[in-house]
Amino acid sequence: MTQVQANEGYITADGRQIGGVVMDLRDITLRFGGVEAIKKISFDIRQGEIRAIIGPNGAGKSSMLNVISGFYVPQEGEVWFKGEKRGPMKPYEVARLGIARTFQNIALFDGMTVLDNIMTGRLNKMTSGFFSQAIWWGRAEREEIANREQVEKIIDFLEIQNIRKTPVGRLPYGLKKRVELARALAAEPQILLLDEPMAGMNVEEKEDMSRFILDVNDEFGTTIALIEHDMGVVMDLSDRVVVMDYGRKIGDGTPDEVRNNQEVIDAYLGVAHD
Amino acid sequence: MDQLLFASEVFINGLMTGVMYSLVALGFVLIYKASGVFNYAQGVMALFAALTLVGIMDGQVPFAHLINAAFGTHLSHFSWTVTPILAILLTAAAMVLLAILIEKLVLKHLVGQEPIILFMATIGLAYFLEGLGDVMWGANIKTLDVGLPQGISDTVEQVTANWLGYGFFIDRLDIWATIIAALLVAALVAFSQYTKQGRAMRAVADDHQAALSVGISLQFIWIMVWSIAGFVALVAGIMWGTKSGVQFSLSLIALKALPVLMLGGFTSIPGAIVGGLIIGVGEKMFEFFIGPLVGGATENWFAYVLALIFLVFRPQGLFGERIIERV
Repeated sequence: MTQVQANEGYITADGRQIGGVVMDLRDITLRFGGVEAIKKISFDIRQGEIRAIIGPNGAGKSSMLNVISGFYVPQEGEVWFKGEKRGPMKPYEVARLGIARTFQNIALFDGMTVLDNIMTGRLNKMTSGFFSQAIWWGRAEREEIANREQVEKIIDFLEIQNIRKTPVGRLPYGLKKRVELARALAAEPQILLLDEPMAGMNVEEKEDMSRFILDVNDEFGTTIALIEHDMGVVMDLSDRVVVMDYGRKIGDGTPDEVRNNQEVIDAYLGVAHD
Repeated sequence: MDQLLFASEVFINGLMTGVMYSLVALGFVLIYKASGVFNYAQGVMALFAALTLVGIMDGQVPFAHLINAAFGTHLSHFSWTVTPILAILLTAAAMVLLAILIEKLVLKHLVGQEPIILFMATIGLAYFLEGLGDVMWGANIKTLDVGLPQGISDTVEQVTANWLGYGFFIDRLDIWATIIAALLVAALVAFSQYTKQGRAMRAVADDHQAALSVGISLQFIWIMVWSIAGFVALVAGIMWGTKSGVQFSLSLIALKALPVLMLGGFTSIPGAIVGGLIIGVGEKMFEFFIGPLVGGATENWFAYVLALIFLVFRPQGLFGERIIERV
């Protein structure tokens, strides 16, 4: 069983080296009126790992992700990113820090093509002036070409070449999920947050998506935090798992540790039948 | 032959009127594209911009009546006048300020509300601006002269008279309006298609949450879009104000923009242009050919009937985004 040390990295079951802490959440409490969606939760995300958050419906998983991405501001607790305490931030500011995300109910720009959607992911990578962009001149041109190259690489990577020019509104569900992943990747994020990347997919689509997530982590070394319902998928994909129930953290560790945690079994997996 | 030449003169005049309609329609399209809001106040913004421009040029004291009533003073004008160019720049700055105020006081509090709520807010804004314009600059009819050439163009008349034996009557203001509108449109298209701010603007129009997640600040985009709409209103205000005086009826040109938008599509900048031209030419030609048969005055209703017919056969307009729905 892997022992997770306080500040150094660790080696995963499949032999990858995981780095130090990138994101540290300390005693996060989030309330909606009188309801406590998250109760004093602490955990960290390390450089290069795939971190999963699981739990039954209404456990507060999505709220947790929304805290990390700045969509919700917790009433108590601290968010530390790369060794610095993060003050209250707007979601777009968090995105600019290098935290990209996807949504549970796909949020894409339906009227734009797949290519344009993915290009929006690179908006913050463009620094050339406003006028040179409008007349497509000098630095703006080089920049756009460089950005296009990066985007084409992601398109190849996710195998969506044939739908590049299709308006997103016309795509089937599974492909939309993939385009959303592509847009998040286009930002070259430090941390990639995936809110139920496999919800509503059939077995084949789930397998594809799992492969993409693993490849992204492997190829680009991207740190990934994801929420997922499908236990099989979670256990196969992730290096470490946080288990939530009714807004509390009831387990944290490698998939094996979590699987054998009695509280987790009772709350979520149910009592095992032989 | 004469009949044909006369018809083509009417056609050209129609095109130029159409450009003026397009100018107003553009302001609507911009805001609608960026925030899904139909900005009822666009016409009043044109009026307000024109009033402010005249006020600054003449060196009027803003809120003079209010100040006089409160303090018993007799203020009306400062001792200076301002050159048109400087006055236009100052008015543009005022429109940016207005955009910031609109974002801070109205839009910010209505994030995520239904479009109808935002629409109602713009109706309120329209009445507020109308009143503010009156209180600030007075309700009298003003003439606006920023130095644009006016009157019938002698050159065009002479050239066409020599060539065709029939002198075309074309207003020089219309020619200038066409040139300025064409430049403005080219700039706006380049902006929305090729700049990152333009792409961000289209993104915000589509999905607020997704836009936030890729690092777009809604606040910035809204202020930007309302500022641009303010500039477009200023240009429209200058053109129409020069043509027919700065007065309340200036805000009613917004009504002519409605059929233009239905024709062109609410979401398309080229649509606003083509729609404006079709309405402009259409109503002039209709008045010319059919008008005499039905007793004239067809210009008042022709545009709306045309828009109605379009609504039946092509509800998204000529260039509007197709309404795609997966079931």
